[in-house]
Amino acid sequence: MFSLGLTGLLVRRNLVFVLMSLEVMLNAAGLAFVVAGARWHQADGQVMFLFILAMAAAEVAVALALVLEIYHRFKSLDIDELSEMRG
Amino acid sequence: MELAFYIAGGVAVLSTILMVTRPHVVHALLYLIVSLLGVAVVFYLLGASFVAALEVIVYAGAIMVLFIFVVMMLNLGAQAIEMEKRWLTLGIWVGPVVLACILIIEVLYMVRGSSTGLAPGGVEPKQVGIALFGPYLIGVELASMLLLAGLVGAYHLSYRKVEKREIQHDAHTHERRAAAGGDLVLAGADRPARTP
Amino acid sequence: MIRLLWLIPTLPFASALILALIGPRLSKRVAAALGAGSIGFSAAITILVAVGFMTSPPPGNSYTQLLWTWISVDGFRPQIGLYLDPLSLVMLLVVTFVGFLIHVYSAEFMIEDDDYSRFFAYMNLFVASMLVLLLGNNLVLLYLGWEGVGLCSYLLIGFWYRDPANGRAARKAFILTRVGDTAMSIGLFLLFTQLGTLGIQDLMQRASAQWPSGSTYAVAAAFLLLGGAVGKSAQLPLQVWLPDAMAGPTPVSALLHAATMVTAGVYLIARTHVLFSLAPSAQLAAAVVGACTLLLAGFSALVQHDIKRILAYSTVSQIGYMFLALGVGAWQAAMFHFVTHAFFKALLFLGSGVIINALDDEHSIFRMGGLRKELPVTFWTFLIAGCSLAGLPFVTGGFFSKDLIIWNAWSAQYGHPAFWIVGIIGALLTSLYTFRMIFRVFFGPLDIPVTKRPGYRMTIPLVVLAFFSIVGGFLREPLLGFLHSALPSTIEAHTGGLTEIRSGAIAGVIFLIGLYLAYLFHLKKRNWADALVSGPVGRSLHQWWFADWGFDWIYDKVFVQPFVWASEINKSDFIDAFYSGVAWLVRWFYQGLSHTETGRVRWYAAGMAAGSVLFLAVVLFK
Repeated sequence: MFSLGLTGLLVRRNLVFVLMSLEVMLNAAGLAFVVAGARWHQADGQVMFLFILAMAAAEVAVALALVLEIYHRFKSLDIDELSEMRG
Repeated sequence: MELAFYIAGGVAVLSTILMVTRPHVVHALLYLIVSLLGVAVVFYLLGASFVAALEVIVYAGAIMVLFIFVVMMLNLGAQAIEMEKRWLTLGIWVGPVVLACILIIEVLYMVRGSSTGLAPGGVEPKQVGIALFGPYLIGVELASMLLLAGLVGAYHLSYRKVEKREIQHDAHTHERRAAAGGDLVLAGADRPARTP
Repeated sequence: MIRLLWLIPTLPFASALILALIGPRLSKRVAAALGAGSIGFSAAITILVAVGFMTSPPPGNSYTQLLWTWISVDGFRPQIGLYLDPLSLVMLLVVTFVGFLIHVYSAEFMIEDDDYSRFFAYMNLFVASMLVLLLGNNLVLLYLGWEGVGLCSYLLIGFWYRDPANGRAARKAFILTRVGDTAMSIGLFLLFTQLGTLGIQDLMQRASAQWPSGSTYAVAAAFLLLGGAVGKSAQLPLQVWLPDAMAGPTPVSALLHAATMVTAGVYLIARTHVLFSLAPSAQLAAAVVGACTLLLAGFSALVQHDIKRILAYSTVSQIGYMFLALGVGAWQAAMFHFVTHAFFKALLFLGSGVIINALDDEHSIFRMGGLRKELPVTFWTFLIAGCSLAGLPFVTGGFFSKDLIIWNAWSAQYGHPAFWIVGIIGALLTSLYTFRMIFRVFFGPLDIPVTKRPGYRMTIPLVVLAFFSIVGGFLREPLLGFLHSALPSTIEAHTGGLTEIRSGAIAGVIFLIGLYLAYLFHLKKRNWADALVSGPVGRSLHQWWFADWGFDWIYDKVFVQPFVWASEINKSDFIDAFYSGVAWLVRWFYQGLSHTETGRVRWYAAGMAAGSVLFLAVVLFK
């Protein structure tokens, strides 16, 4: 799933899709943690997943606010257009 | 038991693939939600019921809802779907797919040879709770601060937006705003179509 | 009294430093007072030291004053030490005294120049370096002074640096003396590695103890030191820089290139005379070099127009006499000639400075004339100096010293009749060119009117030096006796029919012949001189001797042009290509890598993904 998320991140140009793929990747990482915790019978896996969850929530909030800002400023959600930091 | 796991996993993977390939944003979002639910089932099957519940409530419930809100607000329209269709040529997929495949192979290589079979029972939610209040207490505090920061940041960014809206609206008449029903986003969204 | 020895080089050095740092802010009066005054004090202290030395000589007839250890490295410990013995004392007296007079002269001579304080700073630095050279008790300190005078020579020749010709002359002087200096430094290396010390007295003792006469090391070291001396003293084959050095102001020519710097080579050989005694072939070479130079320069002086160039070639020739004396083993005679030469040559240069100034920067003797009545003091002092140079019998100092050398060229340990003949011919030439100069400049019709007359600051030094040119000769016996402890006396090896009296008589007759010929050609019947020069033989000889026997031309073809050609073809500097190649490579990488900075997020993400894939691969499959 992580690879799928990565693929989605690299392929899609729409900013929203990029963020969604990012969520997929985070989720996949969390899945790996939980499975590992269950394998070794430790609570740490689930705890880690909790933190990832919290972080993902905060990140989504800020990211989506930014998406709105970008849309209203650049009138486009194409990630390739948003390349003002080029060398 | 194993069968349920494979089904749930398969659903998750399949819906993720579908999500990545959809041109329509909302479709993709819905597929994502399905994928998340599949993962939640997997969690439950592993014995981590607390985490499964969390996955559904927070991830699929709150975060995805946020996504949907924003997408609706953006009001992208048909031309956006057209653009997406145009962008998703076949050639674009090659590079990333290759990279991803190599990554998968490497990971599989890494986990080969480790023993299979999960011991039944899993980890109890009680154990997780004790861990959270014990060794991971500081993590919890930090996570709460992080959430606070996220909250303030999101609020600040959108507040600014309202300010700018006000200033940019100077040139426009009151009627226009009144006609839009006070909805600032709508008033701004149709701006490109009309020149002042 | 002797304890004040260290002040002698220090005062001029301090004065040079002060003038260099705040000179431009001082008034010309103060700058001159400082410049000339420091030398004056040095001279006064030298006299005090001399009196103390002579009345109560220190043990071993030498006094060493160690100031501090200069370098201390694994067995190599040269010190800043001052060594005073009769040889260095004599030279000190001459350098400080003549230096003082020249400084007073230049206080007026350079009065209109804007770089007044710079001039005195350089001159003082020069005198300080020269004094260090003379007083150094080890060869390293001597070399320091040697290099110092070389530097000051360069600075002073090119004093009017805005004219590039002066810069070229300065560079020429510096480069040629550098060739000699390199030979000398190799000689120092050889001496140190073989004998383990560079303290002069120690060195001489060890050399005479360890090296048999004629040993390869001694010969090699002596030849290398001779190379250095030849360079500094402008002898064959490195004599070409001295005539061009006349581009500097006249006081510079007087001080450096007549009285002091060019005699540094003579001093070096005299100091290391033990080494030369161990290497007879080197000594013979010195004599041959001296003999050839004195002839060559004499002929060149005979055909020059520029009054300063005549005097320059004359200097080269007279130092040739000194080298000849050293070469045949007449050490004290060489020093005696140095003393008298310093007086009359400095006087000649200063006089020529007065003339050039008076005639508004006219240098050619063929355009001068009749200055006898216009510049009487200058005329009489110049005449006295000229007679001393040519060797007017009995009255002038130059006669006694040159006569002694010519006699020793016959009779001394390595003397040979051939040397005697060369000396006699040289004397004839000297007389000829000197009186040619005098008759052309002071006699005959007045061609150019005199615009400026010298003030008292310029005439008093002239008079003083003239006095010493005469009196110096009578110092022969006391001087030779005084030097006895420092330099071995000349052994009269063979006389073969000639006595000193007879040799002196012949020299006197030669003087008169030269005088008469010069009178004839340059006063009485000047058209004869023109006829001589315009004839075919006369013209080619004239041109050849005028161009210094073609040495400049040879050096240009052999050394200068190939070097210039080599640097032309290496203009793009293939070694530099290595460094610029590195820069080019970096720039190429930069251009390549800047393409990756696209600003596109997907690019960066792809990069990250690829990178992590690679890392994992490396980790897994190592």
